[in-house]
Amino acid sequence: MLSLYTRRLWINRIGITLSMLAMSVGLVALLWILWTLFSKGFAALSWDLFTQDTPAPGTEGGGLRNAIVGSGLILLFSMLIATPVGILAGIYLAEYGRISKFASFTRFMTDIMLSAPSIVIGLFVYALFVATTGGFSGWAGSLALALIAIPVVVRTTENMLKLVPTSLREAAFAVGAPRWQVSLKITLRAVKSGVVTGVLLAMARITGETAPLLFTALNNQFFSTNMSEPMGNLPVVIYQFALSPYDNWVNLAWAGALLIALLVLTVNIGVRVAFRNKDKR
Amino acid sequence: MPDQKPPVIENAVLQVRDLDFFYGDFRGLKNVSLDVAHKKVTAFIGPSGCGKSTLLRTFNRMYDLYPGQRAEGQILFHGKNLLDKSQDVNLVRAKIGMVFQKPTPFPMTIYENIAFGVRLYERMSKSEMDDRVEWALNKAALWGEVKDKLNQSGLSLSGGQQQRLCIARAVAVRPEIVLLDEPTSALDPISTAKIEELINELKSDYTIAIVTHNMQQAARISDYTAFMYLGELVEFNETGTIFMRPGKKQTEDYITGRFG
Repeated sequence: MLSLYTRRLWINRIGITLSMLAMSVGLVALLWILWTLFSKGFAALSWDLFTQDTPAPGTEGGGLRNAIVGSGLILLFSMLIATPVGILAGIYLAEYGRISKFASFTRFMTDIMLSAPSIVIGLFVYALFVATTGGFSGWAGSLALALIAIPVVVRTTENMLKLVPTSLREAAFAVGAPRWQVSLKITLRAVKSGVVTGVLLAMARITGETAPLLFTALNNQFFSTNMSEPMGNLPVVIYQFALSPYDNWVNLAWAGALLIALLVLTVNIGVRVAFRNKDKR
Repeated sequence: MPDQKPPVIENAVLQVRDLDFFYGDFRGLKNVSLDVAHKKVTAFIGPSGCGKSTLLRTFNRMYDLYPGQRAEGQILFHGKNLLDKSQDVNLVRAKIGMVFQKPTPFPMTIYENIAFGVRLYERMSKSEMDDRVEWALNKAALWGEVKDKLNQSGLSLSGGQQQRLCIARAVAVRPEIVLLDEPTSALDPISTAKIEELINELKSDYTIAIVTHNMQQAARISDYTAFMYLGELVEFNETGTIFMRPGKKQTEDYITGRFG
């Protein structure tokens, strides 16, 4: 009996050691990236980033103002498209179409969209929108990013709603509420924090997307808030500047990368901290 | 074994006739017929899986939510068959309220928990709504405990208070019938006693149908008792008769604790 126990003890130790090793491989890579990014990014950080626009080739200094504002606008409008569409589709899947053929088809397509390479989505919007309306624009960029965010929002909304206990749903029906009221006012409200988390994580997901913007919003080295024109944005600026021969461009690329990483980190950590206690209730 | 005649119920609110219920191919209720008396408490007892909750859930068409479940037969409510496809289920549920085994407050304030159901069917001013909320909470003997925290979440209350909130919510819509599906099985003895007291008061205004695991509870609070077993209604009679002089061997075995 004792030998059986000792054997199990050793198997346990080996198992834990192997999984710790696997974890550290992943963690070391992540920390390495973050360390490089932080050391180079912070060195390039200055107020000029927020007050000056991207510099022309051969000029000194410069900042990222046009790209930051452009990214902000593109992100804002893509989330304004993706949030209602994604949440409503999630409600449909969880509350209305649990077993219908159309719902399982939608679910399947959503899963494909989730794993579709983002460059394909960029090309899709290029072919459908940019090529037909005759030009790159902020709107096209927002549309491409929204297409990437929608499946994320759909899936989190659906999964959250599926966690709502049947008893709560039945109780809402039992006072005579129609299904749309039950969905919007009772079950969606019960998982509000989970859905908000999903939306924010979807936003974090599209913040750094470069490929879809290359074919849609393109870039703009001048400050612009006109969504119908090509628009500056951080990912494409990073992509172009990082490969350039100018030192100040490379530094700006590092600073831009740091800004994006900080935003994504803040959102990720923020939602986890903010909703940690609420979800335990 | 005394030969008991079924009770004569003249003012029945619900008349169940030849009711069959199916979960897919499984027949959960077999040929059930009984009357639910106006402003009385009717209790449904029997071992787990006997169909008592299934029967209760046909009264407000709760089974409609689940494809594959269906009922056949008649449940007459004001002369119309509740099971007809043409019945508006939402209106049925507004007239026939339900309280469940586990307390299920909505994720909103205590006030809104009550107002939600009322707003679905009545348009009223803020002060009328205030009155209705107070009235409903009073009916559920909860007003005194929550009147200073109507804007707190319904989830912040204790289990027993939550269950009374659910009763208030059901009553606030002013239904004719209140269905209680094992309303005290998740509660402690003191909360249970409060709910039982409440049921006793509510029956002066409402018809009550209650499913319970607890035979003593049925004996304490009900006027009529139905004993069910394996999807069949074995015996239905005045509660005194069922517990003192049951007409069937199975009923006697169950209430004396020989099985179940």
